[in-house]
Amino acid sequence: MSRDSTAKVLTVAFLLCVVCSILVSAAAVGLSSRQEQNKLEEKRRNILLAAGLYDAGIPVEDQFSTIEARIVDLQSGDFTAEFDAATFDSRAAARLPETNRLIPQEIDLADIKKRSRYKNVYLVREEGRLRQLILPVHGKGLWSTMYGFISLSADLNTVNGFAFYEHGETPGLGGEIDNPGWKSQWPGKKIYDETGRVRIEVLKGQVDKSAENFQYQVDGLAGATLTARGVSHLLQYWMGADGYAPFLEKLRQEGVKP
Amino acid sequence: MTRARDVLLDPLFNKNPIGLQILGICSALAVTSKLETVLVMALAVTFVIAFSNLSVSLIRQQIPGSIRIIVEMTIIATLVIIVDQFLKAYAFSISKQLSVFVGLIITNCIVLGRAEAFAMKNSPGLSFLDGIGNGLGYSLVLVIVGFFRELLGAGKLLGTVFLPTTSDGGWYLANGLMLLPPSAFFIIGLLIWALRSWKTDQIEEDN
Repeated sequence: MSRDSTAKVLTVAFLLCVVCSILVSAAAVGLSSRQEQNKLEEKRRNILLAAGLYDAGIPVEDQFSTIEARIVDLQSGDFTAEFDAATFDSRAAARLPETNRLIPQEIDLADIKKRSRYKNVYLVREEGRLRQLILPVHGKGLWSTMYGFISLSADLNTVNGFAFYEHGETPGLGGEIDNPGWKSQWPGKKIYDETGRVRIEVLKGQVDKSAENFQYQVDGLAGATLTARGVSHLLQYWMGADGYAPFLEKLRQEGVKP
Repeated sequence: MTRARDVLLDPLFNKNPIGLQILGICSALAVTSKLETVLVMALAVTFVIAFSNLSVSLIRQQIPGSIRIIVEMTIIATLVIIVDQFLKAYAFSISKQLSVFVGLIITNCIVLGRAEAFAMKNSPGLSFLDGIGNGLGYSLVLVIVGFFRELLGAGKLLGTVFLPTTSDGGWYLANGLMLLPPSAFFIIGLLIWALRSWKTDQIEEDN
């Protein structure tokens, strides 16, 4: 068989593809459990980071054990024991018709189309009293869905920390949502005004520190207008009436029940 | 034996892929702001070049000329994906920092260049050595660039503080430019200048 005959070309191409795909699949399958473990740890690390509790010297698992994971039914705003908080996956739940909610387009600010009806929330307590509440949020940026955690202080209005743990925005532009300098602006910002309206937003440009709305505003990111808009919108959605607002309202009135 | 030694060591100074051929600049700019990422990237690229050279050389008698580039790219891509999977499993935080640049090893011209120019014509043993040599040549430049960028940009080496910066209460005013990609251009430029002053046969003739 000549080296350049059609049969030879096809045989070589086919054999090469088979061998390469076996190698790639073996690597992907063989290493997936370790990779999943890494992802879980990274997620927990980010929960701790959002709460400002992370200490690089202590294993993440030990630190995370002080945090109480619960599941909330967003519609009623109550905690639910229907699912196990340790294993509940709200991303998977968002895909199942039994547990998801299709978000009407006119209120779908975060542009996510559907969400799980139940969400994981994380409570940090000191001597039984709630100190921090950490809520998962997500929404569309420019290219990707951005997943993050926002941590609220005990008044359930002041931001304690906000960070994304997974996104695919342009490195150097939208990717600057990971920049520690930008993230450091969030602590101390307020989410709701006196009437309960969601006011928090990322501006286009710099915040004027003398403006009366200063406490609701965060600097924009140069060259990342759409990513920044995505961040504003996803917070407005998740903190709003279709998101965590009913849950936070109940929590404010009744406190955390055991 | 001298042939083997030349194949292995020439790419360090005499035929450095970055210094002489000016290949692989993209990743040399992107990952060199910290020495830690440099070392992982250098290891990954050396591994990929060595094994892509070896595999291409092993089947070089069988590869039809018409699809030879595709065959080489498929082998390289396979190796890169395997490296990427391993990094995600065993060096998760570094793999996050290297992000897309691990995947971009596929398009690193050095890898395809060596497969096409060397491995297609030489025995597997020599090709493997050539891959290691070129990987080391690439690594050498990256380590030098990373050394200066981390030291002058952040006052640290591998995360350990050597020059306490003013922002941490020390005396060293960090050079922020060193943390930005253009600084790698300056350092690589200076390196090439130094290299060509030493080895004058590398100087290109004026047209």
